[in-house]
Amino acid sequence: MTEDTDKKNYRLVLKLLFVAVAMFGFGYALVPLYDVLCDITGINGKIDAVAVKETTYPVDLTREITVEFVTALNKSAPMVFRVEKNEMKVHPGEYHTVQFYAENKTNHDMVAQAIPSLSPGLTADYFKKTECFCFIEQRFKPYEAKVMPVRFVIDPALPSDYKRITLAYTFFDKTEKK
Amino acid sequence: MSAVVAEHDDHEHHDHGPEKGLLRWFVTTNHKDIGTLYLVFALAMFFVGGAMAMVIRAELFEPGMQFVQPQFFNSMTTMHALVMVFGAVMPAFVGLANWMIPMMIGAPDMALPRMNNMSFWVLVAGVLLLASTLFMEGGAPAGGWTLYPPLVLQTGDALPFAIFSVHLLGISSIMGAINIIATIFNMRAPGMTLMKMPLFVWTWLITAFLLIAVMPVFAGAVTMLLTDKFFGTTFFDAAGGGDPVLYQHIFWFFGHPEVYIMILPTFGVASTIIPVFARKPLFGYNSMVYATASIAFLSFIVWAHHMFTVGMPMAGELYFMYATMLIAIPTGVKVFNWTATMWKGAMTFETPMLFSISFVILFTIGGFTGLMMAIAPSDFQYHDTYFIVAHFHYTLVPASIFILMAAGYYWLPKWTGNMYNEKIGQLHFWLSVVSVNILFFPQHFLGLAGMPRRIPDYAVQFADWNMISSIGGFIFGVSQLLFLYIVVDTIRGGTGEKVTDEVWEDAHKHGLEWTLPSPPPYHTFTTPPTVIPTEHL
Repeated sequence: MTEDTDKKNYRLVLKLLFVAVAMFGFGYALVPLYDVLCDITGINGKIDAVAVKETTYPVDLTREITVEFVTALNKSAPMVFRVEKNEMKVHPGEYHTVQFYAENKTNHDMVAQAIPSLSPGLTADYFKKTECFCFIEQRFKPYEAKVMPVRFVIDPALPSDYKRITLAYTFFDKTEKK
Repeated sequence: MSAVVAEHDDHEHHDHGPEKGLLRWFVTTNHKDIGTLYLVFALAMFFVGGAMAMVIRAELFEPGMQFVQPQFFNSMTTMHALVMVFGAVMPAFVGLANWMIPMMIGAPDMALPRMNNMSFWVLVAGVLLLASTLFMEGGAPAGGWTLYPPLVLQTGDALPFAIFSVHLLGISSIMGAINIIATIFNMRAPGMTLMKMPLFVWTWLITAFLLIAVMPVFAGAVTMLLTDKFFGTTFFDAAGGGDPVLYQHIFWFFGHPEVYIMILPTFGVASTIIPVFARKPLFGYNSMVYATASIAFLSFIVWAHHMFTVGMPMAGELYFMYATMLIAIPTGVKVFNWTATMWKGAMTFETPMLFSISFVILFTIGGFTGLMMAIAPSDFQYHDTYFIVAHFHYTLVPASIFILMAAGYYWLPKWTGNMYNEKIGQLHFWLSVVSVNILFFPQHFLGLAGMPRRIPDYAVQFADWNMISSIGGFIFGVSQLLFLYIVVDTIRGGTGEKVTDEVWEDAHKHGLEWTLPSPPPYHTFTTPPTVIPTEHL
């Protein structure tokens, strides 16, 4: 092998190594890219974790939408978590409040976070919450129980195809990560 | 004095042979030795992964739990996949690349011989680390080879070992790929232009780029799993704002090119063997090169067809559906070209050709079922059933594995200088081709009827086809021992018939390797060849 080939090999290897390292970084870059893409397109049923200001919408009494509530616990977190009713019928533009109930079943302090998910995912842009226990971490004293309201409205701009929306909450026990 | 020593060294450099003794295999930087190491290792792993498949088929022989615990069964499906993909198929093709690429392009060795040695031994370390998880508290990974969170995070002690093993396998593949690209770009004999290279070299060049592009992404994904489990990050944990579906996107961004990493060199070998036994030039050499490149490009933009059921919006489903179907075009070009190469050829049916022809037919079946699943609305029915199992096994076993067998039969006489036993070779072929269809074809029916994949027990309605599939599996498994016998027998002298340099009639027109003696000397093409064969163009 000549010295010339050696030099050419060395330069090529450096370039290819650079590509490999860059692609490792690209894998990580997919994480924010994914969030941005879901945010722009409104897919994936991700809801903004901040309250919206209460604005008045014209109430559309001609349409009725069924809103279902689902509660779940991640990895059987030691809690009780339920909702006062499983579903309700609402008119777009009307404000409603639903009470959720959560209880710490352990004898120590607990930090938990509820994560909401909406389906169909594309309704997320029209489902507005002015108040939700999911906006912040919930702290529980031993055996403490809480009643937590969710206040929401469905934007009348919601396309008429949608007749049924499911709002699901999952409580994650974050005590150990604190 | 020193000048004299230097001169002496220089003189010795050109005709030294291999190291004596066992140490040769650890320190060797010779492309033929390393190729042999890769191939032997891959064959061993083929039997390890095959043994795991036998456990799976034995448990599924009848409904109910017979032999193993469900957890161990799930470990078997996961480990079978990882061992076969990263331990058998990929190393086997790297082994072929090591042996054949320098000889095909008229180079004295690989461009980076020391790195070549290192990439092999890193591979061994990676696979041993993976195998060691079988003996750990909590068992080997059992969440499927895709390692989806949150399920995979429930793996016991094995999780970090499996992840580090993936890192090692990735490093090994990337080193191998860099070496192959450097060899092809910088080491070709004068006159061996890119568009004169044999297709095996071309397909490997493109595969090597795929490897460099996607193995690091997979390494990143498993590193995120590692930090999620042990360091409190929440990439895939909704509690901290992460999303498990994100993992699927990252994984399949790697995973889809990965399946082409296993099939493109397969195409290359088929395009090498078929013209020799059809005694015709390859039909459409240029279109083969462009088709390979198109398939490689498309592989990067179709990944979400593996996850139609995660709840993508309609626009996403449609895009990934049509983009996926686009792949059928360059693939169709290839199948057409192989068929056209055989058209009116003076064909003979030695074992390598038999395996290659059955590859063309059976791979096409696997390709068609792939198109069926590309249709997003139908995929909801097929997703995670035995239909997908049947599909990817048709593209891997009677395609990649059959072509590896064909390559073995085709080049063994060149490598060893001895002829294999044609009768046993043909027996091996016929047993394999019949049993592989008994094994995998019924799985289409099971999938369409709704049998989920990765389950140790099933409803009794699936019993008949499972039993037939298992019987095919056992016959296929046992038949492969014939291949082991033939390889050992050929190395030890074979039929005793001395083979010529070109082994197969007029093969010297098809590739430089057939202009060398059989077996080739330890060092070949220390001076570049002057005549470049062009029969394949």
